[in-house]
Amino acid sequence: MRVASLIGGGLVCLVVLVAVFASQIAPGDPAAMVARPMLPLFSPGHLFGTDQFGRDVLAGVVHGARISLLVGVAAALATLGLGTAVGLAAGFLGGFADAVAMRVTEAFQTVPTFLLALALCGVMGASLTTIVVAIAIASWPLSARLVRGEVLRLRTLEYVDAARMAGLRPLSIALTVVMPGALVPVAALFGVTVGEAILVESALSFLGLGDPNVFSWGAMVANGRTLMRTAPAVALLPGMAIAVTVLGISLLGDRFATRQRPS
Amino acid sequence: MRGAAEAAARIGAALGQRVVVLLIVAVAVFALLEVAKGDAVDAYLAQTGGGDAGYAETLRQSFGLAGTVPDRLFTYLGRLVRLDLGTSVAFGRPVTQVLAERLPITLILMGSALLITSVVGTILGIVASRRPGGVVDTLVITVALVLNATPGFLVALVGLLVFAVMLRWLPVGGIGTIGRAEGSPALDMVRHLVLPVSTLALTYLALYVRVTRAAMIEMAGADMVRTARAKGLGGRRLLLRHELRPALMPIVTLIGVQGSAMLGGSVVVETVFAVPGYGSLAAMAVAQRDTLLLAGVVLSGAVLVVAVNALVDILYGVIDPRVRLAGAAGRG
Repeated sequence: MRVASLIGGGLVCLVVLVAVFASQIAPGDPAAMVARPMLPLFSPGHLFGTDQFGRDVLAGVVHGARISLLVGVAAALATLGLGTAVGLAAGFLGGFADAVAMRVTEAFQTVPTFLLALALCGVMGASLTTIVVAIAIASWPLSARLVRGEVLRLRTLEYVDAARMAGLRPLSIALTVVMPGALVPVAALFGVTVGEAILVESALSFLGLGDPNVFSWGAMVANGRTLMRTAPAVALLPGMAIAVTVLGISLLGDRFATRQRPS
Repeated sequence: MRGAAEAAARIGAALGQRVVVLLIVAVAVFALLEVAKGDAVDAYLAQTGGGDAGYAETLRQSFGLAGTVPDRLFTYLGRLVRLDLGTSVAFGRPVTQVLAERLPITLILMGSALLITSVVGTILGIVASRRPGGVVDTLVITVALVLNATPGFLVALVGLLVFAVMLRWLPVGGIGTIGRAEGSPALDMVRHLVLPVSTLALTYLALYVRVTRAAMIEMAGADMVRTARAKGLGGRRLLLRHELRPALMPIVTLIGVQGSAMLGGSVVVETVFAVPGYGSLAAMAVAQRDTLLLAGVVLSGAVLVVAVNALVDILYGVIDPRVRLAGAAGRG
């Protein structure tokens, strides 16, 4: 599986570089009309051709990397942050608070993640911020359960007893002794969570619920959908960009997951 | 007889827990409705041509939309108990009625997709686990990973392009040919569902392959399998009875998880293929700002997931007798 993580790392590096240097690779506004509409692939100056509004497809794909990575990382941080907070609280408080937290977690797991994200976006209106918030609210339960389980396990270990004996207060035991250990499995979830968040964002944009002010991959696929018969590349290229990004992240994320799990 | 009574008690306890979970979902959906700007009265007035503030207030009183938040919550929950989910603005009919109409197609779509992913994913996982790191294993894992990373709408669009537009083997969308009787209606519907079902099945295949593969590799090294092999057992009997059966537990657990994920994925797939199920209904409710309908889809989606999980629990008992015994011992 070393080859897999190398490929994953390469793909992620590529996408990050493209996102960082988007303005250098394709200067100007990706949503601006720059050439004759419907130029085919490999046209001079427009490698990926243009769409029905004369927008350069390559520019769209390149600038879309920024949006996907931004939303993916922000949503993953928000998801894992929320999940960790709930998991820590449930694991430490125990008793009734724990029971309530676990039932709420189950309830959120019962509603399909994408359906909830869709509903939240529909209610809150579409912007990058609401998408990030919606993804976090819809996907935190997994990390909450993981952290809670880890806290319950770590609490019984001797070094926590030692800290208690040394006179540390419960809050500082929670934050400085148990939390670092409980965060390890969460860190392993980071890659997968970024990948899933990118997929959710792209599907929301595809359905027309993305931020209307940004040019995202999902929205490009939705726009190119009407051209599938005549110019499939307009929809397929941004779609493949999503797949390549998520594949790279999951290959790389797997590596971290296997490395951090003590065997 | 005693076993049956205990099983009933166990199912009852599990049922109680599920009701609590659904109650929390209902409260969350109520919060969602509260956050949504404007209520059913605003929607009604916009549709019927408006009215003054006094009229709106009267309507709110009669619909139970007035009063404090707890008041409204109890009114809402009270209506849910009576299966009253309000009126859909987009359809101009009760939400329950719209949902009931779309339930069969949703069940057919999700059921077939779940069945196909679990069977194909399990078989591929077993095949891959025979020689970990081998050519077949690498190939299966690669395909599964790529499919897992591909957004559902891309799989749907490629399927549409290849099989409906280029090869013309399958229809582009809908669930039945209108006005043209070509073969039986059932066969016609099957033809229409091939693309949406396989799109859903393909996008959720990876997890099955992965879990089955891991469980089978673990079982292949287990003591009981080694003992069975030492006794001279081999071939299909060893594979199915000694390795696969214990490995089935995590595989079955996945059905519940996957059922929920697929219901989410069906939003995009049903929209692309114009399948009139819960998924496209959710997308439509959002597009039309039909908040009550949206709430109805989320609630019934949660009920469906709970039902699938209940089925999974029953399957546990069938696969692993220890689950039944543990349940009986715990209560006996």
